[in-house]
Amino acid sequence: MQTVGSKQGVARRDFAPWTDHTLAPLLRIEGLTKRFGAYPAVDNLSLAIYPGEFFALLGPSGCGKTTLLRLIAGFERASAGRILLDGVDLLPVPPHRRPVNMMFQSYALFPHLTVAGNVAFGLKQEGLPKAQIAKRVGEMLALVHLENFGSRKPHELSGGQRQRVALARSLVKRPRILLLDEPMAALDKKLRGETQFELMELQRRLGLTFIIVTHDQSEAMTVADRIAVMDRGHLMQVAPPAEIYEQPNSRWVADFIGSVNLFEGRVGLDGSSVEGTALGRLRVGAKIAAEPGAPVWVAVRPEQLRMGPNPAEPDAQWALENDVAATLADVAYLGDLSIYRLRTAAGVPLQASRANVGPFAPRTIASNDKVWLNFPRAAAIVLTQ
Amino acid sequence: MRKLSAFNLATLVLGIAFLYLPIVILIVYSFNASRLVVVWGGWSMHWYAELAGDAPLLGAAFISLRVALVSATAATVLGTLAAVALVRFGRFRGRLLFAAMIYAPLVMPEVITGLSMLLLFVAISVDRGFWTVVIAHTTMALCFVAVIVQARLVDFDMSLEEAAMDLGASPGRTFMAVTLPLILPAIAASWMLAFALSLDDLVIASFTTGPGATTLPIRIYSEVRLGVSPEMNAVCSIVVAVVGIAVIAASLLTKIGAARGAPAGN
Ligand SMILES: Nc1ncnc2c1ncn2[C@@H]1O[C@H](COP(=O)(O)OP(=O)(O)OP(=O)(O)O)[C@@H](O)[C@H]1O
Ligand SMILES: [Mg+2]
Repeated sequence: MQTVGSKQGVARRDFAPWTDHTLAPLLRIEGLTKRFGAYPAVDNLSLAIYPGEFFALLGPSGCGKTTLLRLIAGFERASAGRILLDGVDLLPVPPHRRPVNMMFQSYALFPHLTVAGNVAFGLKQEGLPKAQIAKRVGEMLALVHLENFGSRKPHELSGGQRQRVALARSLVKRPRILLLDEPMAALDKKLRGETQFELMELQRRLGLTFIIVTHDQSEAMTVADRIAVMDRGHLMQVAPPAEIYEQPNSRWVADFIGSVNLFEGRVGLDGSSVEGTALGRLRVGAKIAAEPGAPVWVAVRPEQLRMGPNPAEPDAQWALENDVAATLADVAYLGDLSIYRLRTAAGVPLQASRANVGPFAPRTIASNDKVWLNFPRAAAIVLTQ
Repeated sequence: MRKLSAFNLATLVLGIAFLYLPIVILIVYSFNASRLVVVWGGWSMHWYAELAGDAPLLGAAFISLRVALVSATAATVLGTLAAVALVRFGRFRGRLLFAAMIYAPLVMPEVITGLSMLLLFVAISVDRGFWTVVIAHTTMALCFVAVIVQARLVDFDMSLEEAAMDLGASPGRTFMAVTLPLILPAIAASWMLAFALSLDDLVIASFTTGPGATTLPIRIYSEVRLGVSPEMNAVCSIVVAVVGIAVIAASLLTKIGAARGAPAGN
């Protein structure tokens, strides 16, 4: 498998159908609820997905991601709510009549059929002529680089090859929506990276709509146009990857995506500072959308914290207006970057990270050294919930 | 593998001898040239040739074969359906009772099964004969089939069926194209077992048979009551061979099934 050029890996800046209110979504989910006994695995969930989107569902284990996919595929019956595809309610449609296909986490390849037989299975159900089936199976196998494996049985393939057979099998019917349930969970890190780019390339080339479930944040960030962060059956936030990371809408999302330093405080009288945090008064970039005195949280990403031996210059280019003295507790060296755990004089734990570039090795800072941390107003994310 | 100690070896040999010595003696004596059962008169195929001319015995063998074929097939179909119902339809009303009723005949003494069948046939005044034996054997073998097929279905990967439906196969097509091929070895194995069970059953058959439907075990039993003849040794040797082949084939098929049904994951 070759790595696809980096061109496809770049986020599609001009692709944002969800901002255009004149466009009709391909899939609309309204107030969907699924209860197992009394426990709601999916709880009053609403969502719109647009044609051509690569949509990722991200969330902790047991939050209902698989259940949501199975509801869309028709393997679970909703307790309440609707699923509309092109405006048509899918709930009365049995799974074998839904124009969506699913790639199973376990692949679920038919062990008694060959690779070609597996891929042909869906086309056979449509009653296509033999010659046409053979042609489309051939094309599909070529697409996933398995031309020479058509007559093998699934147990004669490697994990990565099986995964590609499962992908080919679920794509060959050209579904309106392809549902992928942790499709790369069984692959090693390198193969996973390559496959992510191949999936994106394939999705854009065929112009299909993908919904992928994943545990892996960087995977969701890499492939998706939009990410939905789920917790306990609810959608916490639905937004493009950069927005999820840079403008999380709640402490929960900020904490779940990446690492973050969180400080609780109250909105200051000027409306653009937070008072009474563990670090004292913090100045933030924009006017806070809350009354002065209201409780808020300030979130700062570790890479936004700059470390230096001295307090920041007041007139520095970056307007590093938030300054804290801290002591380094320990350093985790990760190769491309290092993570620094620090503690203020008052004992507040902080986390900073820095890319390991340039001749200046951050190793000049050692445990128990005193450092100054500062971050610009713009790096402070204010969260009201 | 661990080496067998002398004690273990001795118990093993004793055990096997206990099980198989009578059968080996029977087979050896079926090749005895002497008319006297207990006196060895040298090797001969004489009694096998004699068999070929024994019309009543051949007739009984033919009836047994037909009973076994029909009842094994019927028991396999019904037992498979029962197993599918037990495994697939979740918790329907009366599932526990149904399961218990399927398993009960496994441990029921044959005399009771036979007697109750006889009473049933008498009560509804059915003429006893070929079909009553078939029905009785089907009832007996059905639960063995249900148990074997159910075991296979329980560890069947449900996502395979979901995948088939997801790709557009109706529930019926899914069963025929995915479920059935994968559980086929188990079904074939249970057919073989049902066939063997029917072929050598004496008790149930003697309760439920009627005129013109004397099965081979009944025939052998009545002959032997008048005295053991070398000819009977020959018949029994053939039955042992047929049943042995069926049982070995069944266990091989079960093994193939287990290997084939293994999920294709890592
Ligand atoms: N068939 C079922 N019966 C009862 N509870 C179920 C069933 N399927 C799922 N659940 C419950 O619903 C919740 C959501 O399950 P789901 O499989 O959707 O989680 P998930 O987000 O896919 O988790 P993971 O990331 O671990 O795969 C879990 O608490 C689970 O225990
Ligand atoms: Mg899951």
